[in-house]
Amino acid sequence: MIQYIIRRVAYAIPLLLAVNILTFILFFVVNSPDDMARMQLGQKHVTEQAINNWKHQHGYDLPLLWNAEKSGLEKLRQTIFYQKSIGLFLFDFGISDSGRNIGHDISERMWPSLALALPSLIVGLLVNITVALMMVLFRNSYLEFGTIVLCVILMSISSLFYIIGGQFVFGKLLKLVPISGYDSGLSAIKFLLLPIIISVISGLGSGARWYRTLFLEEVEKDYVRTARAKGLSEVQVLFRHVLRNAMIPILTGVVVVLPLLFMGSLIMESFFSIPGLGSYTIDAINRQDFAIVRSMVFLGSVLYILGLLMTDISYTLVDPRVRLS
Amino acid sequence: MVILWTDGLIFTLVLAIAISVGMMLRKPHFKRPLAKITQSKTSMVSLVILLCFAGVGLLDSVHYKDSRTGEIISLLDHVAKPLTEQTERTYSAPFSAYLYSKEMIIHDDGREKWDYPRLKYGAAHLDNPAQQKWPDILSKAAIGLGKGVLLALLLYLVFWMIRGRKSAEPYRPASKAALLTLFAIISLFYMLAYLSHWYHVLGTDKVGEDVFYQTLKSIRTGLVIGTLTTLMMLPLAIGFGIMAGFFRGWVDDVIQFIYTTLNSIPGVLLIAASILMVQVYMANHPEQFASVLIRADMRLLFLCLILGVTSWTGLCRMLRAETLKVREMEFVQAAESLGVTRPTILIRHILPNVMHIVLISVVLDFSSLVLAEAVLSYINIGVDPTTYSWGNMINGARLEMARDPVVWWPLSAAFLFMFTLVLAANLFADTVRNAFDPRRAEHG
Repeated sequence: MIQYIIRRVAYAIPLLLAVNILTFILFFVVNSPDDMARMQLGQKHVTEQAINNWKHQHGYDLPLLWNAEKSGLEKLRQTIFYQKSIGLFLFDFGISDSGRNIGHDISERMWPSLALALPSLIVGLLVNITVALMMVLFRNSYLEFGTIVLCVILMSISSLFYIIGGQFVFGKLLKLVPISGYDSGLSAIKFLLLPIIISVISGLGSGARWYRTLFLEEVEKDYVRTARAKGLSEVQVLFRHVLRNAMIPILTGVVVVLPLLFMGSLIMESFFSIPGLGSYTIDAINRQDFAIVRSMVFLGSVLYILGLLMTDISYTLVDPRVRLS
Repeated sequence: MVILWTDGLIFTLVLAIAISVGMMLRKPHFKRPLAKITQSKTSMVSLVILLCFAGVGLLDSVHYKDSRTGEIISLLDHVAKPLTEQTERTYSAPFSAYLYSKEMIIHDDGREKWDYPRLKYGAAHLDNPAQQKWPDILSKAAIGLGKGVLLALLLYLVFWMIRGRKSAEPYRPASKAALLTLFAIISLFYMLAYLSHWYHVLGTDKVGEDVFYQTLKSIRTGLVIGTLTTLMMLPLAIGFGIMAGFFRGWVDDVIQFIYTTLNSIPGVLLIAASILMVQVYMANHPEQFASVLIRADMRLLFLCLILGVTSWTGLCRMLRAETLKVREMEFVQAAESLGVTRPTILIRHILPNVMHIVLISVVLDFSSLVLAEAVLSYINIGVDPTTYSWGNMINGARLEMARDPVVWWPLSAAFLFMFTLVLAANLFADTVRNAFDPRRAEHG
């Protein structure tokens, strides 16, 4: 087990390196350090001297990937790529192009993201499973048919409509919750209520249907028939046997997204102006702040790989048949 | 005749679909799933709706240079010429005779008044809109509907004359439902088109452009994103997927490395970076893009390409898993021992046996891609702002919903069309999946 984890962590290093090179190339094809300097300095007539100063300050005055002037290992070391990447691997994100400490920003903005994402996930999961169980319990009835139709309708509506509609009805017409914004501490609840409800509803259609197929697959297995034959009621069968066995794919599906919750939701956060990591990323994209976007990509990849690893481990925990090799 | 890049690809795609459907009809093992699709009422109704959308999209994909103005326009622009020309000054509600905002109106006798001015085109033929408007709309709607019904009946007659001779087979309930849907769509659409000679049936937007026209133009964008992205990702997904599963060893390792890398980059960020790249390239090389339309078209194509690059990994993984299963089957081993070369085994034996997964995922992806377009346009990394798309309409609607009185019609129009398309696509995808998935095939 420990050997397996060590091997997976070792495998993550070339992955992260590849991710880094890819984003690095993508962004530097877009704009040279000169362009970045001009953009960040923000003036129309910037002197050559000011650009060089900015580049020197932010460490962009080196060659991109290969420094031909140096010798030996320094050929690789004295480059923008090496200088900017080595910090990432140590989780030292450095200073953003506009001069702010990225690590500090991330640790501060992580919490609002989490405050939105975690309840959305948990409530969504509970609602989805409840609806799916109800559909399976009343299978082949009009109730099931109606719920399926409702699910298809729900999943055919773009999440943007839920957000705009929700803000309009609950925020503007009924004035139940503020339209957007955020506050620290417990008073954040009234700002988070609507986004959480909306994300639960927008995920309900596909989620409930997906869990329904999982449950239906289990319902037709032999052990369920045995359980029924020994006289258990349908409800008992569902909760004691079907739900517990179907929890394996559900749990592992949840585990894989758990680390990514830190990244927040891009759309929700920027619509409801919640100062989380999602809106941070969008702002950075719009400002073309390369340092932030690269840190976020790196963080996202690390969390994704962590999610995969956790999925594998959780398989062994919930299903004793699985052995890691 | 001007062929834009996306146009060319769309028609290639239509050709490819026609050929593959033709081939599927001849293969006996496709008969059962196909029969299942044609027998289902929901699937036939949604197929008809999808085909109607596709028809509008195709009409909008035939571009030519207008001899009068020298602009590149499509057949749809030609058909909807009245709509493009009847622009007002700013917002106006559906069927309204007045502008949304008040202006200083100077009467003939020199008096000035602060009031809602009459529209230039909408309900301009009425003298007293307050009394005449609704009776006029109703009567015009009735005439339009009547004409539409006549047109539909005429089409049926032609259809019946072609078909009736050949087979005496009675109509099945599914085809009856499909024909009824087609009937309703033709009549309603004709009615709306007829009414839009006199009114803005879905209102006008900020610069006074007809919203009905905008939604019709947006259909093409949605369809292009939904279909061309798939076209871009299929070669990657199929090629890498079955190669990884078939050759295993280092080929598998390399391919897995590639897709894990791509997967672990948050998709939105990858798309954002690539779109920024394209934007900068276009800003630096304006000479390569003769007109705004061509530039917007290139951006649309790039968006499809990038979405394809970010979305092929899921299908690739499924195909790899399935190939791992199929390659252990007896017929593959028999082929191997008979000395059939590996490329032949891949194409003749493996590929046909994983094709159902490709088909299902293509149909399932379509609706999520149409929805994704709207979200991406909202973050400004979607289609060009000058392209008509539902995403751009929704994006504009954020500010419109905050106005007082609320400008609700562009959002509602985008919602209505997008919802219909995605719902039809979802329903159709469901039946296709049920028909082709061998695991679901047994239980009806």
